[in-house]
Parts: sequence; structure tokens; C-alpha cells
Amino acid sequence: MTLTAHRKMQLYGALLLLPAAILLTAFAYLPTVTTVINSLFLPGFRGAPTEFVGIENYQVLFNDPTFWKVARNNLVYAVGTIPTSIALALAMALFVNGKLRGRGFVRMAYFTPTILPMIAAANIWMFFYAPQIGLFNKLLGALGFSGVNWLGDPNVALGSVIVMSVWKEAGFFMIFYLAALQGMPPELKEAADLEGTRRWSFFWRVTFPLLMPTTLFVLINALINAVRVVDHLFILTKGGPNNATNLLLYYVYENAFSFFDRTTAATITVVILLVLGVVATLKFTILDRRTHYQ
Amino acid sequence: MRLRPPFALTALTAGLLSAAQVNADSVDLTMYYPVSVGGALTDVVDNLVEEFESEYPDINVEAIYAGNYDDTRVRAMSAMEAGDTPQLSVMFSIDLYELLEQNAIVAFDDLVETDEERDWLDSFYPGLMENGQLDGKTYGIPFQRSTIVLFWNKDAFEAAGLDPETPPENWQEMAEMAATVREASGGDQWGVMVPSTGYPYWMFQAFAYQNGHRLMSEDGTEVYFDDPAAVEALEYWVSLASEHNAMPDGTIEWGTLRQNFIEQSTAMIWHTTGNLTAVRSEADFDFGVAMLPMNTQRGSPTGGGNFYIFEDSTEAEQRAAMTFIRWMTAPERAAAWSIETGYMGVSPAAYETDALQRYVEDFAPAAVARDQLEHGTAELSTYQGGRVRRALDNAVQAALTGQMTPEEALSQAQQEAEGVLRRYAR
Repeated sequence: MTLTAHRKMQLYGALLLLPAAILLTAFAYLPTVTTVINSLFLPGFRGAPTEFVGIENYQVLFNDPTFWKVARNNLVYAVGTIPTSIALALAMALFVNGKLRGRGFVRMAYFTPTILPMIAAANIWMFFYAPQIGLFNKLLGALGFSGVNWLGDPNVALGSVIVMSVWKEAGFFMIFYLAALQGMPPELKEAADLEGTRRWSFFWRVTFPLLMPTTLFVLINALINAVRVVDHLFILTKGGPNNATNLLLYYVYENAFSFFDRTTAATITVVILLVLGVVATLKFTILDRRTHYQ
Repeated sequence: MRLRPPFALTALTAGLLSAAQVNADSVDLTMYYPVSVGGALTDVVDNLVEEFESEYPDINVEAIYAGNYDDTRVRAMSAMEAGDTPQLSVMFSIDLYELLEQNAIVAFDDLVETDEERDWLDSFYPGLMENGQLDGKTYGIPFQRSTIVLFWNKDAFEAAGLDPETPPENWQEMAEMAATVREASGGDQWGVMVPSTGYPYWMFQAFAYQNGHRLMSEDGTEVYFDDPAAVEALEYWVSLASEHNAMPDGTIEWGTLRQNFIEQSTAMIWHTTGNLTAVRSEADFDFGVAMLPMNTQRGSPTGGGNFYIFEDSTEAEQRAAMTFIRWMTAPERAAAWSIETGYMGVSPAAYETDALQRYVEDFAPAAVARDQLEHGTAELSTYQGGRVRRALDNAVQAALTGQMTPEEALSQAQQEAEGVLRRYAR
């Protein structure tokens, strides 16, 4: 290949990358940079100019008890949703992968929550949870138990939000597991059957390791979703009662658009980005090495 | 904007005939407005705007529906930051301080010129003007406004041996009647529900005002959350569940409350008058609407949206915006708006129109919100309003869920609000 031809190929490649590069810069990198910059300044008050304050905004944030409460809520939310929804997704995928009457219907039923818009799902669940007229308390009442104020009691409100999220997420993750299971070569199962391998050890020794790439993908998605929750809080609880269900991104929204405090919103955003960055790095370095790709 | 061909043609012909003159004099206005109740209100607004434009051919109004009150604020503020300020908007009446702080709006006093216009400024219910005024100047003109009212289930009252036509007059009666209903139903039905999500500060303000206490200063720089009268008000609210067993424990959801009332799981609710039409069409039992009960005095905060005119527009645009707002708030329009939406007629003259008089005669509950206005107070509105309201919301919820005593919760909210307002109080 001549030098000019090589150049041309390079230009061709660069042009192919250009649209993505422009979009990413405009909607991901630039906002990130401006957010970091905003978090280092204090806006002027009554005509005063903006002032550089360094890490002061971060110090103020770390002294804010509400921030820590919200961060703790988010950790509880992540621990509550991620493993449960993944385990449930795997179980459902294994179930509908087998020979089953009305398999298509069951698959569709599992997937239904995913196609509902978040706001619609939250509205439905608000009526499930409603203390007197809600489905759950009517069921409990029929069994002779007194009802629970699912969203109004600070001790159970976050749990209620978690349950709804698991319901919403599991069906979505199931699709990935199902696709992975369908793509698995049948010879493995045939060989295992010839050797007389038990189903349980076949699952642990063969199926599960082969599902690791999918699990890694689902895990990252689940983590992102755990930090991305904002829409159903609008409907279900507005972060209440008394911040019992307030999560990080909702707190960012509140600061930016209810309190007009762009500085605090920017500062929290940077903290979230840093934490997510660290977690992602850990995952890709540690988990990826243990993941078996076919 | 949709242009129907015949109209476009006429407009074109007219434009050609009168040369450039019409264009030079015509004014384009952009307006954002929220809808926070059900129904096809955007159609109602579109029709009004169309009617206005045919009466004032040289003013074009582009009315843009922008979501609920918070969305509208976000939308207008972002447009302002992007240098594309609307000339006027309908926004939350309590957005006043935030708008002033951003130097976003102008006072109507600076725009009015004639005596007739000055009279127009004085034509509204004073109770509705409170949230729109500061330092003797008027910045917000009432448009879609409400108060909190008490809905009661007459059938449930009768079944409990109470007089179905008599709603509770005061706090003590409400607690007793509610407890009576609860007992008579064998625990199947609650006595009363006051919502404590969504707008807890709004409901709490009603309790506090009924106890003779106003939660904030006129100039929006101070709050008085931990006053003994406020603590007593919150204690009463908490006692409805804890002592009288008349209201469920924990917080009560704003969004499902109307359904609770319609399914008769509670005999009384406190809710915005904006729900009146929906309750009227859905309830299959006899119900009544009353003013909220009193303790030392009657009272309810007002709520809803006002018209604002934005600073960043030309004098001609501001004059045109005022012409439009005057037209929209004229008695006949205010009456029609009230009938179609359930919001209040904003001026006494609106209730003197034939249309609204006939409507009230036919459906008496429609007048309760107006009658209660006499006992109205401004909705909680301060500088840094979002954060201050949130502090109070949290306090109310902490008390209702038993995490704190009313006194602890309110003094914490007071501290938090004082911290935020420190630089404004000076």
C-alpha cells in the first residue's frame, strides 16, 4: 500500500468516527468538564461575580447530613436491587429456556414490566401500595393481617421502592440471559448427559461460567440503573417521608431545579461520576479477568 | 402554529393591501403555562388565545404548555438563560422571590398608565394578590387559583349517627366526628385524611393559620416554624392518628387520596378545590364541600398560578402582554375559566357575571372556595423557597411518622431555614 493510500484510509477512518465523536463531545465530555468547573466555583449573589472556591463546595457537601443519608439510601438501594434482580432474571431465563407449555406467553409476561414507561409503572404501583384501597393491603386484609403504609412509613418506604425496581428490572435482564442460554452449543449438554453429570453441577460447572460475560454486562447495567433512578421517585414518594427514599440523582435534580442550587448539583454529580468511575475500573480489571469468554 | 388556508389567504391579502405597516406594529408574544389538574385545559387556553387574537389582530400570542408548575419554572428559567426569554408566563404564585432574585420580572405598577388600568390592578380578591406582591408592588396577577377545602361523605356521616348536613366547624369537632365514623364502621372506614406527600407544607400552613399563626414574614426573609402556635398545630395533626385513631399512621399520599374518598375508605378529606369536578362526576354517594375547620380562626392558604411579565422584553411587548393579561382576567373570561376548570373566579366581578351566578346556584359547592377566600392567607413563599419548603415538608413527615416530636421536627426545620435565609435577613 502506498503512503497516500494509507493516509486516505486513515482519513476515512477518522471521518467514520467523527459523528460519534461530535455527539459524545457535545453531550458527554463537554457537560462533564463544565460540571467539574461549576463545582469549583460559587455563583455571585446580587450582582457579585462568580468566585473560585476550590474544594470548598465538596467540604460543604460532605458536612451535609442529608447528602450522607441520600448516599446511604442509594447504597441500600443498590444492594437491594442488583443481586436480587440478577438472580431472579437468571432463574426466570432458565425456567423459560426449558420445555414448557405456553413458553412464549410466559416469556412475554416476564418481559412486560420492561416495556412499560417508568412513570406508568410507578403510577400502577402507587395504587398497589396505597394503604386502604391498594392491592397489597387488600390481600393482607383478606388473610387477616392489618395493612402496612408501604410508602408512608420511613422504615418500609425504601424497601417498597426496591421491590418495584426489581420487578421492573428482572424481566429486562432475563432477555440477555435467555439470549445467552439459547446461544449455548447443545453438544455441551449432550456430552454432560453421556458422562452422567448431575443437573446442578452441570449448571455450576458449565452453564454459569459460560454466562459470565452476560452477567458482567448485566451487572454493569444494573449498577448504572441503581444510580440512575429518578423518575419513579417523582410519582411514588418525592424522596419522602423525610428523605427516607431520596436517592442521589433525585437529590441532584432537587438541588438543580427545585432549589436553583446549580453548584451543589454539580458537586454531587462529580462525586457520583468519580464513584462510578472507580467501580467500573474495578469491575473491568478484576471481574473481567475471571470471566470466561467462549 | 396552524394556519388555516382561508385565514392565511385573508391575512396575506390584508398584508399586501396595507403594505408593511401592519407588520411593523404587530407584536409577537411567547407565553409558557402549566396545567396541574386533569382535563383538556390546553384546548381551553388555545381557544381563549385564538379569540383574543381575533379581537387584537396586531398581537400574536404563542401559548406553550410546559407541564406542571415545576416544569414550567424550569422551562422558563432555561429559556431565560439561553437568551430566549418569554414575554409573559403563567407560573406558580410562590415563584415570586426566585423570579425577583434572578431579576426576571417587572412590576405591573410600572406598566399601568391610565386610571382604568390602575383600577384593574385593584379589581382582584386581595387574598389572591398576597403572593404576587412585595414592598407594595404587584408582580403576579391571579389566574388559576385555589384553596384547600374539606370534602365530606354525607352517607358515612348518616351511617355513623351524625347529622349528614353538618360538617365539622372546629378542630375538636373534626377529631370527634372522625373518631365516631371510625368506631361506627367497626374499623372499616377512616374518619379523616389530610395528605402529607406532595405539598405537606401547604396543608400544615392551613393548620397553623387556623391556630392564628402565619409561618413567614411579609418580605419572605424570615420563617416562624418553631412558634408554639405552629407546634400546637402540628401536634393536633399528629394527634388525629395517634390519639383519636381517626386518621391512618404514617404519611398519606396526595395522588391516591381522591380515590380513597371515592371508594369511601375515608369519610372526610382535605384537598384542593381543583378536585371538585372529578369528585362530582365519580362519587356515587352524597357528598358535601365545606370550609376547613377552625381552631382560633378559619383559614386556608391559597394556591395556584399567576401571570408574570418578564423584564427582558421591549416596552411594546410588555404593554401588549398586559393587554393580553387584562383580557384573560376580565370577569366574563374568569367566570368561564372557573366553570370549565374548577379554579376560582379571581375577582368579585367574576362572581357577579350571569354565567357564574347560575353555575353556583345550580352547584353550591362551587362557591365554597370563594367564600373561604375571606379567611385566606398567602401560600408559603420565601427566598430559597424550594429548600425552605423542603425543610418544612421533612419536619411534617418526620412528626407524622413518629421519627421526631412535632417540637423537635419544627425546630430543626426552623434552624435549616434560618441557615438558608441568613443572607437575606441581614
